[in-house]
Amino acid sequence: MKILVAVKRVIDYNVQVRVKEDGTGVVTDNVKMSSNPPDDNAIEEAVKIKEAGKATEIIAITVGEEKSQETVRKALAVGADRGILIKTEGIVEPLAVAKVLQKIVEKEKPDLVFMGKQAIDDDCNQTGQMLSALLNWPQATFASKIEIKDRTLEVTREIDEGLETIEVNLPAIVTCDLRLNEPRYASLPNIMKAKKKPIEVFIAADLGVDITPRVQQIKVEEPPKRKAGIKVASVAELVSKLKNEAKVI
Amino acid sequence: MSVLLIAEHNNKEVRPFTLNAITAASQMDGDVHVLLIGNNCGDVAKSLSEMPAVKKVLHAEAAHYENYLAENFAPLAVKVSENYSHIVSSANTFGKNLMPRIAAHLDISQVSDITKVISADTFIRPIYAGNAFATVKSTDTKKCITIRPTSFEPCETSGGSAPIEKIEATEEFTLSKFIKREEVKSDRPELGTARVVVSGGRGMQNGENFKLITDIADKLNAAIGASRAAVDAGYISNEHQVGQTGKVVVPDLYIAVGISGAIQHLAGMKESKIIVAINKDGEAPIFSVADYGLEADLFEALPQFLEELNKLNSIQK
Repeated sequence: MKILVAVKRVIDYNVQVRVKEDGTGVVTDNVKMSSNPPDDNAIEEAVKIKEAGKATEIIAITVGEEKSQETVRKALAVGADRGILIKTEGIVEPLAVAKVLQKIVEKEKPDLVFMGKQAIDDDCNQTGQMLSALLNWPQATFASKIEIKDRTLEVTREIDEGLETIEVNLPAIVTCDLRLNEPRYASLPNIMKAKKKPIEVFIAADLGVDITPRVQQIKVEEPPKRKAGIKVASVAELVSKLKNEAKVI
Repeated sequence: MSVLLIAEHNNKEVRPFTLNAITAASQMDGDVHVLLIGNNCGDVAKSLSEMPAVKKVLHAEAAHYENYLAENFAPLAVKVSENYSHIVSSANTFGKNLMPRIAAHLDISQVSDITKVISADTFIRPIYAGNAFATVKSTDTKKCITIRPTSFEPCETSGGSAPIEKIEATEEFTLSKFIKREEVKSDRPELGTARVVVSGGRGMQNGENFKLITDIADKLNAAIGASRAAVDAGYISNEHQVGQTGKVVVPDLYIAVGISGAIQHLAGMKESKIIVAINKDGEAPIFSVADYGLEADLFEALPQFLEELNKLNSIQK
């Protein structure tokens, strides 16, 4: 079995994001970048499946600028066998990413495609579902547990009401929740080894995919600031404030 | 052109966020039609038809529509989409799972989780866990939109009498199969729509200690929330998680107990009207968004809080 894992390079989750003064976006210069956290879960799950002897090859793929190669390298250090970088400039919308991934899926013919359930930068939560639609494959989104059966996958999904279990035939797309597993750290020897693993590079246009954005970003603004609150000295004071000042209880 | 709103329901009742989505849809165009896909869901069709903002209900029934498989729902939405300018649903796990599948079939770049409708093609949506708000304009001829439920008021539910039109079901997608749903039944208000939310974090130390939160929630008729750390640690189940990858809540009162206030948690609650933070670490980031902060050991503060509430003559419900 072959597993394709899509990863994305994003601003590190610990960084306090700042909006650019001219309203064109957020500050990315000299800001720490990392892999999108649920994509780490996606890689981890693929590696676990391979370690269990149920997969033979893991390919890590990303769509983004040249530097996104770092994110693929990280996946290689954790256990992916080879990488693919689809080079693009500027904003690439989930639909365009899904179309690019579709081309690679048609070429590589994986049995499973894993990715994080959402990217923490644009918070779109679309790519996996869109790729499933384009391929007309089953989709198992927000997965917190995966069990591989013969040619099917039983997936537990986190939904608003609790948990849902579905069974999907392979090939299938799985989008991973943060609770799917505990991503490992790459060891130094594995980081060194990853440097020798191959990364194929394509230009999106060469794949015959139009990635022109369809949604214009008109402006980006800071959210309204909350006015500073106060510290109360006791529980009695807190309850009194809630009752008489805020009038919420 | 009209707006097609995809209803979320359990075949008996409309789920609450559909009401917020109808309000948002009616701001894009006054002619809102609701697509109801289900099995033996006649009562749902009737209640949708009574909502004054709804101008028509398109009702499809089939055994394979019993559960929410996007693979079964999307083809029908695509089929009926022809006469509509917008396709809309709520940005909860229902709409997040379904809408991108519809959008990709229609070759539309979806706009997710909008908090405001500026015009029929321009919307505001939060990005980076709500640390920035983007104003975006869709250039596709048709728009696929999911709406953040807590940013729109629920629509009126009575007084209307929209026609109900039966439509043909599409074929079953046989490669995916629903197995089971484990819902946690509770008499409490739903987390997404509750007036008061009491949330616990890692500071609760274990699942049993959530009893301290439950007692206060009972008294305030509140929903119970949790930080991701508390859910990851197994103190409480996933449907309670508030934050960037959990639920977004905007209650009148949000009480954060033993929650440090990571960016990802703040993303899910910082629009709440009044925020209370109870934490023994006075430097915790949660205090920066709190209207009332109490620097105290939660194991002392929560029993006292309950005692003080018991002293009150009346508590708002």
